[in-house]
Amino acid sequence: MSATSIDHSPSHAAGEHGHHDNYLVAKKGISSWVWTVDHKRLGIMYLVAVIFFFIVGGLAAIAVRSELLHPGKDFMDANAYNRMFTLHGAVMVFLVIIPSIPASLGNFVLPLMLGAKDVAFPKLNLASFWVYVLGAAFFIYTLVAGGVDTGWTFYTPYSIKTGSSATTALLGAFILGFSSIFTGINFLVTIHKMRAPGLTWDRLPLFVWALYATALMQVLATPVLAITLALLVLERTIHIGIFDPVYGGDPVLFQHFFWFYSHPAVYIMIVPGFGMISELITVHSRKGIFGYKPIAVSSVAIAFIGFLVWGHHLFVSSQSALAGSIFSFLTFAVAVPTAIKVFSWIATLYRGSIAYTTPMVYALSFLFLFSIGGLTGLFLGTLSVDVHLTDTYFVIAHFHYVMMGGTVIAFIGGVHHWWHKFTGKNYNEKIGVIAAIIVFVGFNVTFFTQFIFGSQGMPRRYWSYLPQYHTGHMISTIGSYILAVGLFTAFFNLLASLRNKGVAPERWRGVSLEWETATPPIEHNFESIPVVTHGPYDFPEVRAARTGNGH
Amino acid sequence: MKTPLLADGSAATFWLPEAASTFAADHDYLYYLIFWISTFFFVVMMGAMAYFMVKYRRRKQGETTSDIHGNTRLEIAWSVLPTLILGVFFVLGFRGFIDTLTPPANTLDINVTGQQWAWSFTYPNGGNDSVLVVPVGKPVKLTMTSVDVIHSFYVPAFRAKRDVVPGRYTVLWFQSDKLGEYDVLCTEYCGTSHSLMLSKVKVVSQEEYDAHLKGLTGCQDGQSLAECGGVAFKRNGCSSCHSVDGSKIVGPSLKGVYGTEQPITGGPSVIADEQYIRESIMNPMAKIVAGYPAAMPVYAGRINEEQMGALVEYIRSIK
Repeated sequence: MSATSIDHSPSHAAGEHGHHDNYLVAKKGISSWVWTVDHKRLGIMYLVAVIFFFIVGGLAAIAVRSELLHPGKDFMDANAYNRMFTLHGAVMVFLVIIPSIPASLGNFVLPLMLGAKDVAFPKLNLASFWVYVLGAAFFIYTLVAGGVDTGWTFYTPYSIKTGSSATTALLGAFILGFSSIFTGINFLVTIHKMRAPGLTWDRLPLFVWALYATALMQVLATPVLAITLALLVLERTIHIGIFDPVYGGDPVLFQHFFWFYSHPAVYIMIVPGFGMISELITVHSRKGIFGYKPIAVSSVAIAFIGFLVWGHHLFVSSQSALAGSIFSFLTFAVAVPTAIKVFSWIATLYRGSIAYTTPMVYALSFLFLFSIGGLTGLFLGTLSVDVHLTDTYFVIAHFHYVMMGGTVIAFIGGVHHWWHKFTGKNYNEKIGVIAAIIVFVGFNVTFFTQFIFGSQGMPRRYWSYLPQYHTGHMISTIGSYILAVGLFTAFFNLLASLRNKGVAPERWRGVSLEWETATPPIEHNFESIPVVTHGPYDFPEVRAARTGNGH
Repeated sequence: MKTPLLADGSAATFWLPEAASTFAADHDYLYYLIFWISTFFFVVMMGAMAYFMVKYRRRKQGETTSDIHGNTRLEIAWSVLPTLILGVFFVLGFRGFIDTLTPPANTLDINVTGQQWAWSFTYPNGGNDSVLVVPVGKPVKLTMTSVDVIHSFYVPAFRAKRDVVPGRYTVLWFQSDKLGEYDVLCTEYCGTSHSLMLSKVKVVSQEEYDAHLKGLTGCQDGQSLAECGGVAFKRNGCSSCHSVDGSKIVGPSLKGVYGTEQPITGGPSVIADEQYIRESIMNPMAKIVAGYPAAMPVYAGRINEEQMGALVEYIRSIK
């Protein structure tokens, strides 16, 4: 059914081969899930966990926005508000966005894309999931025990002095780091060692390249976070005097340590989104990617330069002017490969056959939102302009355009793109597109407004605010409600599809290896090891053009 | 330097607040330069995307597309052009930044102390105030530190911001040529009342500034000692944590507290007499009233004896 030049006959219906059941039913019982080493089941478990925490973090966001409807108290006092925005940030960063694309979609799809039976270390993969659950349990405990009010950034010395249960939150983030490292190591080895015959580096889907760059950063940067958080826990418990000026420590040193991880973490979050968009744009416009090598290499370049820009979070922190200038320069250096990617995606659409499917609407939405996210980064990278804008809502808007308009939108697009591969079901396409449009509108109403009142000087992490910012906050809050309606519509649309009977027909006709196996895939992915003879975006529509052009 | 959207160079625009410092014009010029260049590229990119979306929408399943892998000239162009533009942003931002970090020689020096959750400004004559009053047209250098956690001193109208860090001094300078009152905000999250850690900069004439300075150090003629203490109570930021009407802000309300017995965390209760009030201001951690956080900064060395006497008298007078 799918046009292919691969030397095996793929099976597209579950159970066709008798004893080879699909992964969802191949083994039965709860313990077959709890102890599974199947990357697909682990991917699904991660997906469920990520969506659960996305709802938790999203409800916290709605609470924050609702409190900000008016200056002063609406329904939470300042302490409750501070705990709520910390909860939102910490859950979204550590439990949702970092694992979202790599650990859920990547886990499921990566071995399929490589033509492998599983990841290189299936048991490590299982460990990664349960370590994630353990870390998440610490977060939930923190929440139940009264919450933490430091912001997700845990800046010292406030995080040393505050009486809230910061220690357990820090331990939670510490543990989650190991989950991230395990996934990173696993993906690196898998990509190096387990590619199917013929799957050369320049035939890898760009999603794989993105996961590779991400895994590199996860392995190299996350240990720094672990060390930093461990030092902070020691500072809180036995006052070792690394960060606390009362004991001779340096509070700004914490910011350097923290951002040495957390800036690469920004790329750990967005680079998988880049990979996702390359898949969505090509498959849904039936075109090869414009500039495969620049896109592939720029992911790795971004991963590398991304390590050297952490100081752009510290322009007004008392960091030296020299350091600030170097970090500003390097920040612009990392902007160039990012711009090249966006140009290349848009150029990919040229002479394509663009279908307005749900995943494609998310991909186009990504291009719009991420472009704004990227361009507003230029304001913040520019030293003198950053002085005015840093720690205002301009920054909040900027990173939501990147993290949510970028990564989360790409993630939701990816879930829709591979939903059929995961479940064998087709969701309602019309509702899917409508939900995507509501999300797009709600997102812009919420966050574009914040660029305006942020530029006007509204600081972030404010429970109350001066009257001149009232209108902006009201519009932003209304936008967040629209956004929530869109997201829940998308969610219930996907859920509803699970009630359909049997395996629905496949619609996207992709040609990378994940499309060549059965749907849902059999437990060991492929009946026989596939041999690859073409690139990841060599669609029949493209080959027809090639022959038509006499090549 | 003026921009098309800044008619008189100082009024608030759709994007930026009122501009009242000598840096503001430079800053706003660069802000709008980036704004318009970004807008231009955004429109070009989205225009191309929208055009392709319409022109190349799928008309029938399986229609032939095109076998394009790249275009070297185009790719070089869109790598080099952004690099050049970003280089310009970098250089202009760098120059503006160095200006904001380099105070001229003849500045008026004022010390700033950040504490949870108030600002305190110490003038050359040793006087303290919770608002910043500066003379118009004169460069002012703030030497800032914090007694507890990191704060950040931000005046949107001046486009000026700098973190205020415990254990070190940071410097911020500005010059305002425009009489008026401008918001001071804390922009580094510092706990419960971060969003209420507000103050004002008042840009006044030299005469007004001189008069203000005189009034800071002691009690005025014709003022009762309690009235004088009431002024010191506000100027030293006491009122941001202690109410005088019985309501709880952060610390205990001081209404009717004088002469009463107070329970102490981890110790015997005390009578709130002159001695205890004095100790609680100078060394607040010595005896903390039960049920309240150990959050108050030390005032020893920051309040002179005249002010102390006035403060005690004021607290006695709050019935």
